[in-house]
Amino acid sequence: MIKLKVNGVERSFDGNPEMPLLWYLRDILGLTGTKFGCGMALCGCCTVHLNGTAVRSCVTTMQSAAGASVLTIEGLGAQGLHPVQKAWMEANVPQCGYCQPGQIMQAAALLKSKPHPTDADIDAAMSGNICRCGTYQRIRAAIKAAAQEVA
Amino acid sequence: MSTVRNVSRREFVKGMFSAGAFVLCGQIAPLKLWAGSPDPSSDTASAAPFHPSIWLGMEPDGSVIIVASRSEMGSGSRTGPAIVLADELEADWKRVRIEQALGDAKYGGQDTDGSHSIRDLFDVMRQAGAAARTMLEQAAAQQWNVPTSECKANLHTVAHSPTGRTLGYGELVAAAATLPVPPKESLKFKPRSAWRYIGKETSLIDLRDITTGKAVYGMDAHREGMLYASVEHPPVLGGQLRSFDDKETLKVSGVKMTATIDPFKPPHVFQPLGGVAVLADNTWAAFQGRQKLKIEWDNGPNAAYNSGEYRKELEATAQKPGKLVRNVGDVDAEFAKGGKIIDAAYYTPHLAHASMEPPVAVADYRDGKVVLWTCTQNPQECQTTVAHVLGIKPEDVTCHVTLLGGGFGRKSKPDYVAEAAVLSKKAGRPVKVVWKREDDIKFDYYHSVAAMYLKAAVGADGLPTAWLQRSVFPPIGSTFALDTTYSDPGEMGLGWSDLPFAIPNHRAENGPATAHVRIGWLRSVANVYHAFAIQSFADELAHAAGRDSFEYLMALLGPDRIVDRKSLPENFPNYDGAYEQYPIDTARFRRVAQRAAEKAGWGKRTMGKGEGLGIAMHRSFLTYVATVVRVEVNGAGKLRILEVDTALDAGTIVNRDTVRNQFEGAAVFGTSLALHGEITAAGGRIEQSNFADYPVCRMNEAPEKVNIHIVESTAPPAGVGEPGLPPFAPALCNAIFAATGTRVRELPLAKGKLIS
Repeated sequence: MIKLKVNGVERSFDGNPEMPLLWYLRDILGLTGTKFGCGMALCGCCTVHLNGTAVRSCVTTMQSAAGASVLTIEGLGAQGLHPVQKAWMEANVPQCGYCQPGQIMQAAALLKSKPHPTDADIDAAMSGNICRCGTYQRIRAAIKAAAQEVA
Repeated sequence: MSTVRNVSRREFVKGMFSAGAFVLCGQIAPLKLWAGSPDPSSDTASAAPFHPSIWLGMEPDGSVIIVASRSEMGSGSRTGPAIVLADELEADWKRVRIEQALGDAKYGGQDTDGSHSIRDLFDVMRQAGAAARTMLEQAAAQQWNVPTSECKANLHTVAHSPTGRTLGYGELVAAAATLPVPPKESLKFKPRSAWRYIGKETSLIDLRDITTGKAVYGMDAHREGMLYASVEHPPVLGGQLRSFDDKETLKVSGVKMTATIDPFKPPHVFQPLGGVAVLADNTWAAFQGRQKLKIEWDNGPNAAYNSGEYRKELEATAQKPGKLVRNVGDVDAEFAKGGKIIDAAYYTPHLAHASMEPPVAVADYRDGKVVLWTCTQNPQECQTTVAHVLGIKPEDVTCHVTLLGGGFGRKSKPDYVAEAAVLSKKAGRPVKVVWKREDDIKFDYYHSVAAMYLKAAVGADGLPTAWLQRSVFPPIGSTFALDTTYSDPGEMGLGWSDLPFAIPNHRAENGPATAHVRIGWLRSVANVYHAFAIQSFADELAHAAGRDSFEYLMALLGPDRIVDRKSLPENFPNYDGAYEQYPIDTARFRRVAQRAAEKAGWGKRTMGKGEGLGIAMHRSFLTYVATVVRVEVNGAGKLRILEVDTALDAGTIVNRDTVRNQFEGAAVFGTSLALHGEITAAGGRIEQSNFADYPVCRMNEAPEKVNIHIVESTAPPAGVGEPGLPPFAPALCNAIFAATGTRVRELPLAKGKLIS
C-alpha cells in the first residue's frame, strides 16, 4: 500500500507500484488537469510538483511518490489563483491550452527557487515544456510579470 | 466554401422561424464543462425560453447562451464567432456563455480547418445577433406602448430615449419569445464605428478553465465503466494482421481483453488502419499489455517505400515537363531566346502534426447507436466515418466535441474516433482510445514531401522575362483515391497557381507522385512548400541581380493592381471566396511587405556581426502576410532567430489578441519545420516516434522577439489560423543567406550544419 498526499488530501494506492503517477492522477483520481503528451519526459505536459519540485509525472512511478506530497494544477490555485495563473490570464497566454497546466506548474516551481529569473534562467527551466501552438513569448512575459507580483 | 455558406444561411433562416414555438420552461441545468461529467455539449441554448435561432438562447436572468459550431483547437474558433453575435446583440460579454454544438448539419459545415470559421460565420452571427436585438427592442416598445424606433438596445438593456426608461434583457425575454423573428432582409446592423467587441481584444472564453486545469479535452473525456484502449497498428500503410498472440498481454494486471480492428478497404480515407487493441481498466495497463503482444503482419506493397529513394524520384520528376496548371504568355519562346537563365531546385520533407494532445476518443455503442466524445475538428465527419465503419446511419451517431489540444489538420480525420466506436461495440461498454505519441508520429496523415524546380530568364534589370515553376508531391487526393498522382485545382491554388508577380511569361506545372503513406492537410498545407520555393527563388534572383531583396520583391510584384482573374486558371478556387469579393490585390501585398520591412528597420538597421535580414510574403486563405526575420549565425554555425516582424492584412479582424497570438505562434511552428521537421520512412515504416527524434521548437530556440503588425482593413474577413506560416521558413532562410552567403534549398536546417 502506497500512501501519498495529493493536493493536501491523504491517498492510498494498492495497484502496481510501477504505474506512473500521471495515470494514477488521471485515470484513478480523475484529476485530468495534468496532461499526457509523450510518456517519456520529453514534453512537460504532465508536470506536477513532488515535494515542491517540478517533476514529469509520466515517468515518476507510484513507488517513487510514496510518502510524497503531490501538487497538481487543480491544487495550485485552490486557495485563489496562484500569481503564475493570474499572470497567464493577464497575458492571454494559451492558444489550445493543453500544455499550459504543465507550463504553469513548471513556472511556479521556477519562481519558487528563483523569484527573479533571468531570460537564461527561464530558458533553462522552461525548455523541457513544449508548446506546439508556440506561445513561448507570452509564457516568458507572464513569468516575468508573475515575478514582479511575487516580489 | 460557398455551398457551406449557403447551407448555413438557409439553415439559419429555418432556425429563426422555428422560434415562435418556444414557451417558457423551467430552470435549466447549467452547462457542465465537466470535472467528471462527460457532457461538454448539451442543448441549453435551444431549451432557453428566448431562442430566436439555432445560434442562441436567452434566460430570464438575462444570461445569453451562444452556440459554438466550430471546434476550439487554439485558434479562437469557439470565441470569435460568439464575439460577433454578442456585439450585434448589444450583449454584455460577461453575461455570455458558450455552448459547444453537437455534430449537426443544421449548422452548415463544421469542419474547423481552412481558416474559414470567421469568414463563414461572420454574417450568420451578425444576423442572429441583430434579429434577437430587434425582437428585444420590439418587446420593450410593446411594453411601453411606444414606437420601436424610439427604443434602442445598449449593453444588455433596452432604453426608451425620450423618457429615459430602461428594461434589462432578462426582463424582456418572455415577451420577446412571443414575437415573430424578423426576416433577414429587414435587419439593421450596427455601423462598424459602433462595434463594441469586434476588432478589439477579447480573452478566450475558456481562458480561466485552461489556466486552472478544468478545461476538458478529448483526453479528459470520461464515461462510467469505460475501458481504456491502446491500438497496435500495422506498421506499414495497408498492412494486414497475419496472426497475434495475446497470452502475455492478458496476464498484465488491469488488462481486460484484446480485440482486433479490421483493416480499411481502400481507399483508406478516414477509416481505421486496423490492428490489435488492448482494453484495460486504465490507460497505462493498456499500454503495458500492448507491449506484450506478439503480432505477425503482412506488410503489403508499401513495404518497398524508402523516403530517400523516393526523394530522388520526386526530384527527377521535377526536372521533366509536368501537367500545365497555369500559363501566361510563352515561357518556352522566352527561354529559347538565350540570355541569362537562373534555376534552382528545392526540397521539403514529410511533416507530422504532433499536436500536444495525441488523437483520443471515447465512444459508447448501444443498440445500434453510438455516442462520441472527442477532440475533433469535424464532428459531422465523425458521424459519417463511424456510420460507414459500423454500417449504421449517420443520424445514429451523436458526436460531442471537446476542446482540442491542438489540431493543425490532423483532427479533421477521425480514424481514431472510428476505432473507439468499433471497440465499444466489441466490448459492449464505453471505450476510450488513447493514441501514444509514437502512434501519433508513426500513423499520421502526413504533410506532403515536395520537390520543386524553378527557372527564370532575366533581363538587364535582373527582373524575369519568363518564370517556370514545377511542383511535385504526393497529393491529398491519394487519401480519397489511391491512384491519384496529380494535385487538384484546390491544392494547386495553395500558393502555386496564384503567383501575383508581374511577369510577362509564366508557367506553373505539377508533376505526378504516388503516395505510400497517408497524405493529409497540415496548417497552411501546400502553401508551406510553395511559398518556400517561390520566396527563396525570388531572393536568389534579387541577389543575382545585385539588388536589395525587398526592393526587388516589390519590383517583381509590379504596380498596384487586381490580378486579372483571366490570367489565373479557370478552375482556380480562391479558397472558395468569390473573386470579386476576395481578389488578389497587389496593393495589399505591397502594404504588408512595406510594413514588415519598415518595422524591421530594413535598409536602416546597423547589422551586428553574423546578422542578416530576410523577407518573404505570401497570400493564403485570402490573407496577405509579409515576414522579416533577423538572424545571427556565429562562427561556429549556431543560429539565433533574433527577431521576427510579421505584417498581415486579414481584412476585418474580430479578435485582435487572437490574431496576434496566431501569428506569433506561426513563427514558432515555422521554426519547428524549418529547423527540425522531417518524417522519413524505411521499408514502409516511419522512422520517427516521439519528440526525441521528431523534435519541435522549444523555448530556447524560439524566435527571441516576434512583433505582429496588423494592417487595418475593412475588407471582408479572411483567415488567421494558417496564413502566418508559409512566409516564415523562406524569410528565415533568406536571412541566413544574408548573414552567411549560404543558400538554403532544402529543409530542415538541422540536416545541414547551420544549427548546433
